[in-house]
Amino acid sequence: MNAVAGLADGNGAAVPDRRFDEVLLEVDSISLSFGGVKALTNISFDIRKGEIRAIIGPNGAGKTSMLNVINGFYQPQVGTIRYKGEARRAMRPYQAAKQGIARTFQNVALFRGMSTLDNIMTGRLLKMRSNLLLQGLYWGPNQREEIAHRAFCERIIDFLEIQAIRKTPVGRLPYGLQKRVELARALAMEPELLLLDEPMAGMNVEEKEDMCRFILDVNEQFGTTIALIEHDMGVVMDISDRVVVLDYGRKLADGPPAEVRADPAVISAYLGVGH
Amino acid sequence: MPRSAGVEAPDLDTFPKLLLHHAKVRGDRPAMREKDLGIWQAWSWAEARAEIEALACGLHTLGMRRGDRLAIIGDNRPRLYWSMCAAQAIGAVPVPLYQDSGAAEMAYVIDHAEVGFALVEDQEQVDKLLEAKERCPHLRQLVYDDPRGLRNYRQPWLNAYDAVTEAGRAFAEHHPDFFEAEVAKGKGADISIFCYTSGTTGTPKGVVLTFDNILKTARNAAAFEDLTDREEMLAYLPMAWVGDHIFSYGQSYACGFCVSCPESAATVMQNLRELGPTYFFAPPRIFETILTTVMIRMEDASRPKRWLFKRFMALARHSGVRILNGEPVPAGERWLYRLGELLVYGPLKDTLGFSNVRLAYTAGEAIGPDIFDFYRSIGVNLKQLYGSTEASVFIAIQPDGEIFADTVGKPAPDVEIRLADNGEVLFRSPGVFQEYYKMPEATAETKTADGWVRTGDAGLFDSRGHLKIIDRAKDVGRLKDGSLFAPKYIENKLKFFPDIKEAVAFGDGRDSVTAFVNIDLAAVGSWAERNNVAYASYQELAANPRVTEIVTGHVRQVNRDLAADPQLHRCQISRFLILPKELDPDDGEMTRTRKVRRRIITERYQPLIDALFSDRTEVQADLEVTFEDGRRGRLSGLVRIVDVETFPPSEAGEAPRKAAA
Repeated sequence: MNAVAGLADGNGAAVPDRRFDEVLLEVDSISLSFGGVKALTNISFDIRKGEIRAIIGPNGAGKTSMLNVINGFYQPQVGTIRYKGEARRAMRPYQAAKQGIARTFQNVALFRGMSTLDNIMTGRLLKMRSNLLLQGLYWGPNQREEIAHRAFCERIIDFLEIQAIRKTPVGRLPYGLQKRVELARALAMEPELLLLDEPMAGMNVEEKEDMCRFILDVNEQFGTTIALIEHDMGVVMDISDRVVVLDYGRKLADGPPAEVRADPAVISAYLGVGH
Repeated sequence: MPRSAGVEAPDLDTFPKLLLHHAKVRGDRPAMREKDLGIWQAWSWAEARAEIEALACGLHTLGMRRGDRLAIIGDNRPRLYWSMCAAQAIGAVPVPLYQDSGAAEMAYVIDHAEVGFALVEDQEQVDKLLEAKERCPHLRQLVYDDPRGLRNYRQPWLNAYDAVTEAGRAFAEHHPDFFEAEVAKGKGADISIFCYTSGTTGTPKGVVLTFDNILKTARNAAAFEDLTDREEMLAYLPMAWVGDHIFSYGQSYACGFCVSCPESAATVMQNLRELGPTYFFAPPRIFETILTTVMIRMEDASRPKRWLFKRFMALARHSGVRILNGEPVPAGERWLYRLGELLVYGPLKDTLGFSNVRLAYTAGEAIGPDIFDFYRSIGVNLKQLYGSTEASVFIAIQPDGEIFADTVGKPAPDVEIRLADNGEVLFRSPGVFQEYYKMPEATAETKTADGWVRTGDAGLFDSRGHLKIIDRAKDVGRLKDGSLFAPKYIENKLKFFPDIKEAVAFGDGRDSVTAFVNIDLAAVGSWAERNNVAYASYQELAANPRVTEIVTGHVRQVNRDLAADPQLHRCQISRFLILPKELDPDDGEMTRTRKVRRRIITERYQPLIDALFSDRTEVQADLEVTFEDGRRGRLSGLVRIVDVETFPPSEAGEAPRKAAA
């Protein structure tokens, strides 16, 4: 009967005083270039277990490239990524997904013709065991499995308050809700590390507030580590524990929001002073 | 076998006693349902009794005693309905609050009602009460249902619902007779609930109702309409509203029928369809929205479907209402209507969730005759009723076979109605409230010594003995030349057009009548889409000259219609403007039940009103708006004022029929 209690079970509780010691992911001296264009130059930072980590920077700073490197979509020419203590350079996105890294996209990437529920169910694909043959049958182990996955997805639907659009094709939904469905799909993977690429772009104030609340709730209830790219400074300063600032592919600053905000290099990168 | 209501023994005079009775008599019949995680969950009367017993004992262990008050805040949830019964079982009084009101409004009611305990749905409500608590010295313990987001709240007086029932079960184990003994102490004359009015006229007033008030009226109406324990009802209107209290709680306990709670406020229409209720209540606004949606979707349907719909709706208008009223109708039409039922009305009712509806009520505002007839013509037994919190709802009901769109029916069973000299409606009934809590003056003003209650509404009886409500008594005014001015009557005529969502008419003490209009974003937006009119916001659409043209047409139609009225022909609207923002309860312009607050609108929009009564053709509007998150902003823009043609009194026009938007 109680949805939320079930959701919280088995996941690490958030630390009330918000101290994070264990490093979940560490990027070390990453450089990435496309031909002559240097997208990232010698970037190093870490993401600790349980925190909300923001990556900010002006347009073209390399933020999305950084996320793409983390989830294996791009392979950096130089440098290593250490995830849960294991070093790697080349990794495919599906391998990253298997290891518990989920993401959302800057420009929503959902299956537009499919319903909200089906989209979220695709997030469970990696967890499905039964083979193609069994899936072709109505009865049998696949039915039991599907019921279990559906039950999980329903908890996410409840959590993100999207019951009303469960059966609606996502192509018909307004942008703000599509973003929420994308978050739902990412959550369906039960990720340890959730990468959010501009989760609040193009939203109005109310939608942003809702999204903030969801991000905080995900972090608190599931203990999910979150790395997010965001342009809205108010949001970043409010919800993130630590912020890394990129500019022209280089790391400009790294630290708690208040510290970063006061950093003269950051101010000049954003406001263009000092020229 | 379904059992009719009103046959219950007289010693069942409180809700907790009825609970014990139902748990015994129909223990395995469903008492409540709720859609949770996509699946309908049901609780039988026996299970409900166990839950309520655990909760009542739990609240007792928290320190709740006879005479204490329990605030209940949240969406319609079984647990919140159970908390009402649990509080009543141990002699406490439930005080349901509107879940969308702000912390300040809540603080007022909680402080005024001396509420010691609160049971709320989720973090949102907990946050509001934390904010309100400083101003509420009586508030001691808080219970929340949904623990989400509350993990790091450390206040010692915050209790999880599950922990409370857990403690209650442990207590009940040691005191197995406690619950039934407490229930037996209750009697019909005890206070059952404080229903705070929504504050149409100033600060909210706490209407004190006893078990006798509610149960007698609930039983009377149930017997009048032949309700049984097999009814299905969807509870989706605010629990703080007396109507929901009577329909979803009072009558459910009186008759023993099942009440279902929707998954969320946004899924009501879907849940309605899944459930197929037999007994349904909605304010006119909702019936209007449903009809507008149907019309908009028909516009997008394929040509053959549109043709079919048009043909059969014309037939339904012609003979559907008469068939439902049991009037004689030629056999050929009957056959065609049956075909229509198969092809159009049946599927339509199924889509809307009205397939099983035996009885549907609407009240609170006047309903457009075309909207009313639409539902009746497709076979939905929609009736109007007139009621108030002070009457435990029922004052007048339309009896079967005597249903007219322009009246609210005849006095309900055991209700006496008379009209004061100024036209104000007075009533006397078993449901008459005890008092306004801690407001003896307001009580004396409303309730006379011999038990008559002033409704504040102006009305008249027509030749058929039916009551007709024109307006709020205090709002009925006079134009400068002394002729009658009934603003609500005019506004309702405007609002019957699907394009117009709200209207406010001005004219008391003036030479002529003018009006503000709010367009309906759904209806006009759909028109804009079909006609390639681009718009980004309500404000932009409202300022579109083609929209103004459409609205002007509607106003002219209203004027033509008013010209035919012997008493109100002077009320024709000479000038109007379309407001650049929607009237909103957050700005205090409407009540939470969406009734226009005239005084506040007059204050806020004084420059616009002045411009309406001048000869200017446009006016600069500069308004303060409140966003949903409580922040404030400003909105400014140029608003056009439109002159409308008026008609000489004798030029009678056919009443406007509803045209699709």
